Amino acid sequence: MAATTKKTSAPKKKAPAAKAAAAKASAPKAASGKGANGAAGFTPDVPDVRIYRGSGHTHESLGLSADDVLAMYRNMLLQRRFEERAAQMYGRQKIAGFLHLYIGQEAVSTGAVWATRPTDPIITAYRDHGLALARGMSSDSGMAELFGKIDGCSRGKGGSMHFFDVSKHFYGGHGIVGGQIPVGVGMGFASKYKGDGGCAMVFFGDGAINQGAFHEAANLAALYDVPVLIIVENNEYAMGTSVERARGDANLYKQGYPYGMTTAVVDGMDLFEVYGAFRQLADQARGAEDGQTRPFFVEVQTYRYRGHSMSDPQKYRTKEEMESKKGEDPIIRTKMYILEHELATQPDLDQIDEEVKAEVMAAVDFAEQSPLPDVSTMYEDVYVQEDYPFIA
Amino acid sequence: MAELQFREALRDAMTEEMERDDTVFLMGEEVAEYDGAYKVSQGMLDQFGPERIIDTPISESGFTGLGIGAAIMGLRPIIEFMTWNFTFVAFDQIVSNAAKVRYMSGGQARVPIVMRGGNGGAGQLGATHSNSVEAFYSNVPGLKIIAPSNPDDAKGLLKAAIRDDDPVLFLESELMFGLKGEVSDDEDYVLPIGKARIAREGDDVTIVAHSKSYWLAMEAAEELAKQGVEATVIDPRTIRPFDTGAVIDSVKQTNRLVIVDESQPFGGIASEIGFQIQQACFDHLDAPIERVTAKDVPAPYAKNLIEAWMPSVDDTIAAAKRTLYM
Repeated sequence: MAATTKKTSAPKKKAPAAKAAAAKASAPKAASGKGANGAAGFTPDVPDVRIYRGSGHTHESLGLSADDVLAMYRNMLLQRRFEERAAQMYGRQKIAGFLHLYIGQEAVSTGAVWATRPTDPIITAYRDHGLALARGMSSDSGMAELFGKIDGCSRGKGGSMHFFDVSKHFYGGHGIVGGQIPVGVGMGFASKYKGDGGCAMVFFGDGAINQGAFHEAANLAALYDVPVLIIVENNEYAMGTSVERARGDANLYKQGYPYGMTTAVVDGMDLFEVYGAFRQLADQARGAEDGQTRPFFVEVQTYRYRGHSMSDPQKYRTKEEMESKKGEDPIIRTKMYILEHELATQPDLDQIDEEVKAEVMAAVDFAEQSPLPDVSTMYEDVYVQEDYPFIA
Repeated sequence: MAELQFREALRDAMTEEMERDDTVFLMGEEVAEYDGAYKVSQGMLDQFGPERIIDTPISESGFTGLGIGAAIMGLRPIIEFMTWNFTFVAFDQIVSNAAKVRYMSGGQARVPIVMRGGNGGAGQLGATHSNSVEAFYSNVPGLKIIAPSNPDDAKGLLKAAIRDDDPVLFLESELMFGLKGEVSDDEDYVLPIGKARIAREGDDVTIVAHSKSYWLAMEAAEELAKQGVEATVIDPRTIRPFDTGAVIDSVKQTNRLVIVDESQPFGGIASEIGFQIQQACFDHLDAPIERVTAKDVPAPYAKNLIEAWMPSVDDTIAAAKRTLYM
């Protein structure tokens, strides 16, 4: 998403807090805009809403082994360290264009991927590094793509916003807000058509709820009983515009109801909550229990710790708000859980941290050393047809 | 050879491809229970059932995107638009997704989708319902665009489009669905995409015209013949990739070129072909290239105005004569 061209630009005046407060006072109460600091539950005012928050899961109650938890922890940490290093490399001008960081939202990607089948198609928006790494894209090909090198996942043609790894059933990486939602529904439609038992997952941000594409796709998903999870990652801000400043009714969870979809509201800062929710929802969507495919609308309540992109002064939110969210850091929470339940020792976790750092540094080296794409590759990958007669 | 209506040729092409390949399905507004807004899909619901002939709500962006997603997953959707005018609300899906997913994925994904429907002016329908979209979409690398003028080409090229692994936009015309013509009896009649057809040969002037405009060109050529001017008429059939070579070869013989194109003039198909030919045939041209296009204003409603707005036989004859200094 072009930070310089987005219509809903950050407020130019320096008093957004007062404005936002006024808006909040007059707007309907946003149960879904409260992040993980909200109450353990709330009473939805539309039917058919499931709340996945404060469930009291343990890894054992979810059927996860200590090794599973450690692998998930490692994966979240990999996403975090990968992006921290990417931000550094952006500062050194090794990476160009837009760079949107997922930092803070890692429990969503890891929980969703671990809870579903490796063949379930995933498609997302431009904040895509986390889901790609969760799905198993190598750090090397991800970093090389950011560097615009030939060994990048998209051969240097996609960049940060357009990560793809089709071998891992990860289908991008899409730069137009909301544009991937109908495509994701089509992926679920294909599973139903073929009867292959797949469940597609289409992720998008809270800003995309306001695009027509979301509403058309949601209706089609429900109309055709498509096995798809339509997932809004509500990180509370569409670039600089809070949910409250963008919606007549800020309760995003209500958007499934008009289309006849069961809705799930999930604590996206809690890895086990995400895992438990997605496992149940995906299996019900694919009809594992009753042979009946169906879509779900899923609001995952999360928070991004960094700006919208690398050029975001973040005047639209207060330091106090950001500080208060740090206590919900999904990586720290998982780490505490691991130590409290003695799934690993501090030295074990330190070793994981070292391994992850080394992997990311190796990815940077790999990206540095990978060649730039030969200019002749510019004409490749436009068409499947190999002899397409381009205008020279 | 059987004589078929244009719509029947399209239907036969889709039916044959659906019979030979289970991954092909048809989706669009009124394609199933209504039997098609223009009866192109008449009877197909009975033959293939509602899993493969699928009615949609009025959600062009939604069902176009759905088709793109299904295509990426290995299906071969045919998306019918009631008219191409309605694709402007699906423009992002066609331009950002269908055309670019392959490139942005470094060649990992493919989008074997066909989008088809009526294009161009179709009577007194006013400005919103009279667009010729080939100029918009042919500007986008990643797409292929076919615009046949007769039932035989329609059948052979639609079958080719459905089998093609790239996204294909297939432009028809509401005014031509009832047009009858001989269609090949070949059991599996597939024509190559990107190859022009020389419809008529003459030494004096080359006229290039696609889709409905082709018929204007042919009528103009017959009239010119009565006046002693023999025209070559080339039907490009495919807009992207354009068979520029066929036009170059002809212009080197006739030294004169007229392009009839229902797009609007600025940045239209005629502009691009005119540019390419002046570059390739500069030394062969004996007159400036002429074009006949829709006028440079939105399509009007009143009968006399829309008639004046559309390219016509008289316009085409006059343009040809200008190239001959007649």
